[in-house]
Amino acid sequence: MLDVMANILQTTVLYSTPLVLAAMGGLFSERSGVVNIALEGLMTIGAFTAAVATLATGNPWLGLAAAMLSGVAFAWPHAAASIRFKADQVVSGVAINFLALGTSVYLVKHLYDSGQTPTVQETLKRMPIPGLDQIPVIGPSLFNAFPTTYIALVVSILSYIVLYRTPFGMRLRAVGEHPRAAETMGVNVVRMRYTAVLISGALAALGGAGLSIAIGSEFNQNTVAGQGFIALAALIFGKWHPFGALGAASFFGFAVALALMGQFFGLTQYVSSEVLNMLPYVLTILALAGFVGRAEAPAAIGKVYETDSR
Amino acid sequence: MNAVEMRGITKRFPGIVANDQVHLSVNQGEIHALLGENGAGKSTLMNILFGLYQPDEGEIFIREKPVKITGPTKAAALGIGMVHQHFMLVEPFTVTENIILGAEPTSRGCIDRHRAEREVREISEKYGLRVDPTARIRDISVGMQQRVEILKTLYRGAEVLIFDEPTAVLSPQEIDELMEIMENLVREGKTIIFITHKLKEIMRICDTVTVIRRGKTIGSTSVKGTSEQELASMMVGREVSFSVNKQESRPGKTVLKVQSLTVKDSRGVEAVRGLDLEVRAGEIVGLAGVDGNGQSELLEAITGLRKAHAGDILLNGEAITRLQPRAIARRGVGHIPEDRQKRGLVLDFSIGENMVLQTYDQTPFAKGFLLRYPEIFRHAKRLIEDFDVRTPDEQTHARALSGGNQQKAIIAREVDRDPDLLIAAQPTRGLDVGAIEFIHRRLVEQRDKGKAVLLMSLELDEILKLSDRIAVMYGGRIAGWLNPKTTNEEEIGLLMAGGKVGEEVAQG
Ligand SMILES: Nc1ncnc2c1ncn2[C@@H]1O[C@H](COP(=O)(O)OP(=O)(O)OP(=O)(O)O)[C@@H](O)[C@H]1O
Ligand SMILES: [Mg+2]
Repeated sequence: MLDVMANILQTTVLYSTPLVLAAMGGLFSERSGVVNIALEGLMTIGAFTAAVATLATGNPWLGLAAAMLSGVAFAWPHAAASIRFKADQVVSGVAINFLALGTSVYLVKHLYDSGQTPTVQETLKRMPIPGLDQIPVIGPSLFNAFPTTYIALVVSILSYIVLYRTPFGMRLRAVGEHPRAAETMGVNVVRMRYTAVLISGALAALGGAGLSIAIGSEFNQNTVAGQGFIALAALIFGKWHPFGALGAASFFGFAVALALMGQFFGLTQYVSSEVLNMLPYVLTILALAGFVGRAEAPAAIGKVYETDSR
Repeated sequence: MNAVEMRGITKRFPGIVANDQVHLSVNQGEIHALLGENGAGKSTLMNILFGLYQPDEGEIFIREKPVKITGPTKAAALGIGMVHQHFMLVEPFTVTENIILGAEPTSRGCIDRHRAEREVREISEKYGLRVDPTARIRDISVGMQQRVEILKTLYRGAEVLIFDEPTAVLSPQEIDELMEIMENLVREGKTIIFITHKLKEIMRICDTVTVIRRGKTIGSTSVKGTSEQELASMMVGREVSFSVNKQESRPGKTVLKVQSLTVKDSRGVEAVRGLDLEVRAGEIVGLAGVDGNGQSELLEAITGLRKAHAGDILLNGEAITRLQPRAIARRGVGHIPEDRQKRGLVLDFSIGENMVLQTYDQTPFAKGFLLRYPEIFRHAKRLIEDFDVRTPDEQTHARALSGGNQQKAIIAREVDRDPDLLIAAQPTRGLDVGAIEFIHRRLVEQRDKGKAVLLMSLELDEILKLSDRIAVMYGGRIAGWLNPKTTNEEEIGLLMAGGKVGEEVAQG
């Protein structure tokens, strides 16, 4: 029994990590008032770039760095479209999703003449934390995890500190609630939102990178498979709060783990595996359909900001 | 020396010239009143001075030097602070957070909460602006929100302060406090530009007044050499009567009956405690009281916007206590809400649409499940004319209207529905004297048509002028009933403060 629990916990942590990172990315963007449905595409470009850069340099850390840069690059047009050119933020996000998937699949084909990248040898390896990894049940899952997991935890805590403890974060949230009020207080709404969306790109891409050079070791068009949307759902489920999102992302990770482990532990006797596999997505739909806390959403989310109107 | 000079300022909006070659020059260290009808262009002019709008033409001089005010940051750097007509507050944030936003004290990169709260407390004590630094904006009263707005500019140490109708939302006591604060500020060498529709306030503390009408400067004059009457006609362009002509009331059957009503406020504290109230057809009942004594909660409960905790509310003898706001409106309750922007209008809808918010699905505005826009706009056109709402046309978004004209639009809609019970919460807040005269006449007209009117106002003047009976609220109950013919401001004030008064009229 302990074994089963340890196993489920380990899988949960494994699958939560990219979700947590992408959700934190979404958090910055949406807290500033910009809907970020582009998380999916940003994860995709991150996964792709990480794989290619690691294959090219043999250093997965360079892969992570390259992924973050690619995320910033792909978030930029979303920022420009929705902030500067006042386009619809959802449409712009959808466009980024297509652009990212199209670009990466095309480049994989072009570079490797195949539907996927070759296997990445130099992936990030599990990093045990000496001592702690000996704790039964939680040791092997929490303290013998991939570096990306530790990064995700640190990023969550930092997100909290940045958003709730620093002037930058307070201004960012103010911009997402009442941009005009923020502007009258001398906050540059446009710059704030740009920054937030770019941070969002970097974090979501970092989450994607974990999929191709830590948990997995290649990139193909199914590497991300909707996890960006699940991360978005986790953000909403978590009421746009870093720890809420962390918890919700872990819960979604748990749903994935359950679906996977179900097959091993004979849960499929009772429920068919298809139903189990649907679990994370069903939860996502429930969350996105607004079953939880729409009232908690940043007040100005999705709204174009015009300087010359009241 | 001129602290501020604006020369030949022109600002156009689609369909309207809001400022047309406006001149304004404000002396260092004075309180300068800016007076003008609703929609005259006062807020626009001040938003230009604060850098929120860019003028199409004209020049600005600050302390005699030409400047380009490109944004609020630039304005702040030039020592200009503004208290806006409509709150610029981040609702989920605390009082302190709103005040320090953009100028946060930090220690080691993080916001220094304790220092911030201490500083806010210090300024708020220094100027007598009572606030709770740790409360969230959405939980505090309108009056306190206004004080937060004022604190925001003081925190930044502005030299020239623009107050855009700060007194419109304050109670008489709070206005007295504010006047003192303003006098203190001027004593410290600050300069104040003060927008208000209340001529009394201008006479009381201003040095100079500039009058604007329909976007043009009419003139500037020293307050000493003028009178309220003169200012009023200068501003409206005709004689204005300050008194209301009304006959003796002939009350009929009871329209509204409130029985041992208890209502809780947003924090779960009992704001209305076992209150009884009756309003009859053909009378205006004035509800007086210091802001925060449960008036808002009472009106919200009657209109269904807030759940009654205990007790009953009867309209024409039928219980409406647990009905939805929509059903209550349908049964003949009209409501001019206290907060016009949040509860009265959908700001991003056209005036036409706003005028049918309750009736859009009835003939002639709908046919089957389709809206008939020509009818909707024709209806709006008529109301705009009847109530003199100043707007380019009926398709303009409510957001673009000046504050007073938004208010007029709501009043037009509610009065036109001809409800059995009209609840008017601060109906003339933010209106110019001409418009007030007009609205007062309409309220009395409703009464004379045999409707019941419940008037909540923080202005004792208004209560005394319009009411047939006055109910004073204190601590969530009716502290006493007074007869407007025999009572006076002092007596009402005493009851409002929780005191006792000998002569009271029996209820009913
Ligand atoms: N952003 C805007 N877009 C379109 N029209 C506007 C805008 N701002 C103001 N106006 C118009 O300009 C005119 C002047 O408005 P302004 O708010 O300056 O009036 P005001 O003198 O402050 O009136 P009040 O006393 O009612 O507040 C009004 O007719 C208003 O409809
Ligand atoms: Mg105004």
